[in-house]
Amino acid sequence: MSLVDALTEPGTPDSGDTPISERGPAPLPIVVAFGFWLFLLSDIVLFSALFAAYAVLSGQTDGGPAGPQLFNRTNVLIETGCLLTSSFTCGLLTLSIEARNRLATYLWAAVTFALGVVFLAFELTEFGRMVAGGAGPTRSAFLSAFFTLVGTHGLHVTVGLAWLATMMAQVATLGFRPMVVRRLLCFSLFWHALDIVWIGVFTIVYLGAH
Amino acid sequence: MFGKLTWSAIPFDQPIPLAASVLVVVALAVVAITIVARGWWPYLWREWITSVDHKRIGVMYGVLAFVMLIRGFIDALMMRSQLALAADGAPGYLPPEHYNQIFSAHGTIMIFFVAMPFMIGLMNFAVPLQLGVRDVAFPTLNSVSFWLSAAGVLLINISLMVGEFAKTGWLAYPPLSELAFSPGVGVDYYLWSLQIAGLGSLLTGINFTTTILKLRAPGMGYTRMPIFCWTALCSNLLIVAAFPILTATYAMLLLDRYLGFHFFTNDGGGNAMMYVNLIWAWGHPEVYILVLPAFGIYSEVIATFSGKALFGYRSMIAATLAICVLSFVVWLHHFFTMGAGADVNAFFGIMTMIIAVPTGVKVFNWIFTLFGGRIRFTTPLLWSLGFICTFVIGGMTGVLLAIPPADFVLHNSLFLVAHFHNVIIGGVLFGAFAGYSYWFPKAFGFTLDERLGKAAFWCWLVGFYLAFMPLYLLGLMGATRRMQHYDVAGWQPLMIVALVGALVILAGVGFTALQLVVSIRTRERRRDRTGDPWHGRTLEWSTASPPPAWNFSVLPNVTQADAYWGMKRAGLTADNAANATGEWEPITVPRRTSVGVVLAFFSVVMGFALVWHIWWLAIVGLVGLGATGIAHAWRTEHEDEISADLIAESERARRKASA
Repeated sequence: MSLVDALTEPGTPDSGDTPISERGPAPLPIVVAFGFWLFLLSDIVLFSALFAAYAVLSGQTDGGPAGPQLFNRTNVLIETGCLLTSSFTCGLLTLSIEARNRLATYLWAAVTFALGVVFLAFELTEFGRMVAGGAGPTRSAFLSAFFTLVGTHGLHVTVGLAWLATMMAQVATLGFRPMVVRRLLCFSLFWHALDIVWIGVFTIVYLGAH
Repeated sequence: MFGKLTWSAIPFDQPIPLAASVLVVVALAVVAITIVARGWWPYLWREWITSVDHKRIGVMYGVLAFVMLIRGFIDALMMRSQLALAADGAPGYLPPEHYNQIFSAHGTIMIFFVAMPFMIGLMNFAVPLQLGVRDVAFPTLNSVSFWLSAAGVLLINISLMVGEFAKTGWLAYPPLSELAFSPGVGVDYYLWSLQIAGLGSLLTGINFTTTILKLRAPGMGYTRMPIFCWTALCSNLLIVAAFPILTATYAMLLLDRYLGFHFFTNDGGGNAMMYVNLIWAWGHPEVYILVLPAFGIYSEVIATFSGKALFGYRSMIAATLAICVLSFVVWLHHFFTMGAGADVNAFFGIMTMIIAVPTGVKVFNWIFTLFGGRIRFTTPLLWSLGFICTFVIGGMTGVLLAIPPADFVLHNSLFLVAHFHNVIIGGVLFGAFAGYSYWFPKAFGFTLDERLGKAAFWCWLVGFYLAFMPLYLLGLMGATRRMQHYDVAGWQPLMIVALVGALVILAGVGFTALQLVVSIRTRERRRDRTGDPWHGRTLEWSTASPPPAWNFSVLPNVTQADAYWGMKRAGLTADNAANATGEWEPITVPRRTSVGVVLAFFSVVMGFALVWHIWWLAIVGLVGLGATGIAHAWRTEHEDEISADLIAESERARRKASA
């Protein structure tokens, strides 16, 4: 059963005119994907709270450095490119899974992983440079909000990388059984959601620095 | 090695906390010894602690809520007796630092560890049965949610014995809760315990929203769902949308306290009012997370005991959804005095008053359901009637507080305290007791003693009015909340009346406990062999009491709202329907797992270590959590099969019993 089939399979075979809401319990793949969408929604709400805090505190530099003095937009652009490309390779990963092609799965997982690592390396370098320059999170409310918002996204990417590595170990040991395929689908949803959050970070934090 | 933890953390110099701690430790030891000595441990582990059955988890939530209700209520008794004594310059018997911990613990425990687990427990028990399905969407996750809540409970109770609790009130406003003004471990206990329990609540929200939207018996369209499922759906949607805000807000305060960030500090450009805004952006929806399921319970109870379909079923759904949405646009009414200006205050004041409209729709629906009904005055119905009267009063004082100029006068007074107890006790707690006495026979297969149940109800009702009506008056006289002593001798008589009220409630708690003991002892006389002791309307009454692990031997086919009522009217019981096929098919049920309790164990380890800055132990906890999760990912068998023979045997036994 392909991923697309898994998501479109009706509750009971050939229900004809019965409305979807009356077809009885939905099959497991739909239930799992739906639950994971809800989780992502709640994660987006978490980021909304952090974005709100950043918006309130972005001008509160307490006499310390402000965004334009700290951010290197060229680096951030490269960093963004890495993450967006990793989403594309994550899409290729999904296609490889659907084709049940083990080799391609490992390949695209490795590329996705590597791009994620590069993204994190850029982020940590930026953090390190700022802390070393006396612009750490304890310097001002603005910097507290900045490190928390960007750092929480980075933490999500880190968790995502650990998850991806675990999933590859699962593919290696358990094969493409339905349970593993469902989790891989959830991973790709998670990875794409992190892109959406990052586009918000890039726009509001880095392009909107004032 | 042990961070900030030393022997001085044990309150040897404070007799009250020390005696309480010793009592709790002794009680726990007695329970543990009894369990081991009687050989109950394997049974408890197999059938309850590692169970992923939504009914068992629901019961465990209920037990947790009852135990914590006692703890929170003892706090309340201490506060009321202190204020009855500490008039006109008298110091009372509780020093201010201790008194401040008591009111903080009382609020935190009653909301997070009584009201939440009670409501989530009732949803756990009843929702899948009402939907006519065999379990929730994610049974293992459900067990994890419960055990994370239990971990939060454990951590908050450890603070009684080791260290101290927060002295900041139940929402821990900064800058008071910042390190500069609360350097002790109290606020850290508060934050970690609620972060862990809050994660459990969030996972519950995801689980139940998925369950209600994706798992319903064949034929159960949205407008055929029992109203309790609708209110549970709205409540869980609110959990999904609101609890992440709480997590983020507490995370910011933790970063301030642990790593010197400046979110809410006085220096560095921090903004304490941002915390107040964020916490109420969670906190107001939380009010409806608690009360919406209670509204659902009242609706079920009133319809059942009036022998009528719920009046205005669709308007009830619309009102519930309206409250669900509006609950996100009223948060600022908790702090009109922030000084946001007349326009902002007017907006939030008006939105608050608008919420009274759908709530009023509900009240009229309940009254019209009763009107012309064949009413049976059982305990659950008494709780519901008591609720209607009490909640309307609480609602009206709420509309009064929604007027910003009036709020400027009444803000942080005992009038406010009276108002929110009026809606939370009269709304949520009465609902919890209504649900408890309504579904108890379904859960355990025997009814509760009606006479003692009614005695408990009347004590609670009378005690409530005696305890809280004086607080309205005192608030209007100028008495403030969180006040440890006062100089106005004229307030003392009303304070004493309030204490008497609390003692009457104590009698109510006593009757509730007595009712349980007496009912268990006389259970053979009060067996519910039909599965339908109340002549119910919804699907949970169509299966046996207690229901088998698989809930329904054949999934019911739903053709209308009040599905079971319709079946009975058509002379078609679930038995007949199942009999048509003549044979049973094997059923798969989710397999038990210890992952929930293991994750909870490591959460407590990590939380405790973080509170006391024992960093190596915190890392052990974190690694334990990760390793448990990863190990669980390799589990490949998730279900057990119940054989057709076993199902046939269970059905035969049930029919023999009800015949």
